[in-house]
Amino acid sequence: MLKNRYFWLFMSPVSILLLWETSTRSGLLDARFFPAPSAIFYYLIFTSPGEGLWTDISASLYRIFWGYLAGCASGIVLGVSMGLNHTVRMMIYPLVALLYPIPKIAILPLIMLIFGIGEMSKIVVVAIGSFFLVLINTLHGVDSVAKIYHDVARVYRIKKHNFVLRVILPGALPAIFTGLKLAIGYSLVIVVAAEFSGADAGIGYLIWQSWETFSIKAMYAGIFVIGALGLAFSLILNFLERCLTPWRDTDQ
Amino acid sequence: MPVRQLKSWGAIHSKRHKISMQIFTAHLSKTFSRKEQRTVAYENLNFKIEQGEFFCILGPSGCGKTSLLRTIAGLETATSGELNIQPLNASKPGSIGMVFQEHGLFPWMTIRNNIRFLLENNIHMVNRDLDAIVNEFIDLVGLTTFTDYFPYQLSGGMRQRVSIARSFANEPDLLLMDEPFVFLDYQTRCALHGLLLDIWQRKKKTLVFVTHDIEEAVFLADRVLVMSAHPGTVKSIIDINLPRPREFLTLRKLPAYQDQVSELMELLREECEPFNL
Repeated sequence: MLKNRYFWLFMSPVSILLLWETSTRSGLLDARFFPAPSAIFYYLIFTSPGEGLWTDISASLYRIFWGYLAGCASGIVLGVSMGLNHTVRMMIYPLVALLYPIPKIAILPLIMLIFGIGEMSKIVVVAIGSFFLVLINTLHGVDSVAKIYHDVARVYRIKKHNFVLRVILPGALPAIFTGLKLAIGYSLVIVVAAEFSGADAGIGYLIWQSWETFSIKAMYAGIFVIGALGLAFSLILNFLERCLTPWRDTDQ
Repeated sequence: MPVRQLKSWGAIHSKRHKISMQIFTAHLSKTFSRKEQRTVAYENLNFKIEQGEFFCILGPSGCGKTSLLRTIAGLETATSGELNIQPLNASKPGSIGMVFQEHGLFPWMTIRNNIRFLLENNIHMVNRDLDAIVNEFIDLVGLTTFTDYFPYQLSGGMRQRVSIARSFANEPDLLLMDEPFVFLDYQTRCALHGLLLDIWQRKKKTLVFVTHDIEEAVFLADRVLVMSAHPGTVKSIIDINLPRPREFLTLRKLPAYQDQVSELMELLREECEPFNL
């Protein structure tokens, strides 16, 4: 059992939850602020679905899905263009360097000014957040494609579209996936923050509302859902990465 | 300005000399300039390579031999002088095949696709049965069972066999090899020498092979261009008069082989004095 890697995979979260559970039950932690995990799970599974949990989850997922998709797609396209074309790179890079460090939540009011307070502004802010992370990692990936593959392509007169799609893109794919993984986590952060204000549904809305009404268990339920979503996203992306980059020696 | 004509000069030249000539250089020189520093890669190279010839460029490290090969491949340009490459069939642009030191295969493509991808992009391969060509050349290097493997699953020697198969499969007018066996162990290298000679004799391609290994040059080549270092110049061009087909174990016992090796060693020795490097 100790050699089974899945055992160790579950060991650390389970032991934290156990520690928490015993601390609350023994009175070490104040149960009003730190309800026992068992109570939170009970609430999450039996009570919150009746209070609109699925509406909140699907509202957040909708925003993440479209924002992430748009941000990643444009990040990959622009990253590859910048990596392959010096002029494009010189034109875009200063803008990226300037805009990337600005916290995306800081420009949420501006985006709401432009796109209104509806769905669009939340999708856009998620898209912008994902965009920069994917762009920067894609650019790095294109740069990291070894010079020898450029040489091989030149000697054998590989056509431009084949060079981009079958040499540069697969060569950059491991770095692109790093960007995609960072971006999905960041998308969760952004969507929750965006839902804290100016939303009528969503996990962020659920957490904020629960805090304001002192429904602590509901607040924890929202936090647990975010954790579960983050885990699910990274499992999906890891699976996708393994399918799309079968040439990488996973034993190493 | 470097001149790189593909047809005109060579055509005239072939008529004049009655031998089919494929590469001709005149006063070919290359200098790398970086800020104030100028490094001469090679200088005033004059030689010609004939069609169907196995031509070795031999020299100590840093003599500019790789740079010269890359210039012929079109990956670098010479600073001055003339380089003419005459394609076999003057009606089509010449094609070049190249084998690199290592890592020349695309890691994300299987062995089959590594070969096929280049064929798909070769304008001379339109309307050809690409799968048949791929299979033929994979068989030729004895890797039939590894067709759908990725490069990382193969040994270094196997990968270079794929590189060789790939370069020949394209039916190039000219094959360039840049120390393709330098990172292989001795036994593998000997086996691949035999394999390379075998394929080369079947396919009758002009082959320019860069190496720093004297025995490798003598065993493989028809002629050996010996380069001196700093700057890289033509020290001598030696004919290797050894019978073909060549087999290493028999060849190395021939006095003629040993004489040629010694001759080249003498030539290279002064280039390899510790303080000349």
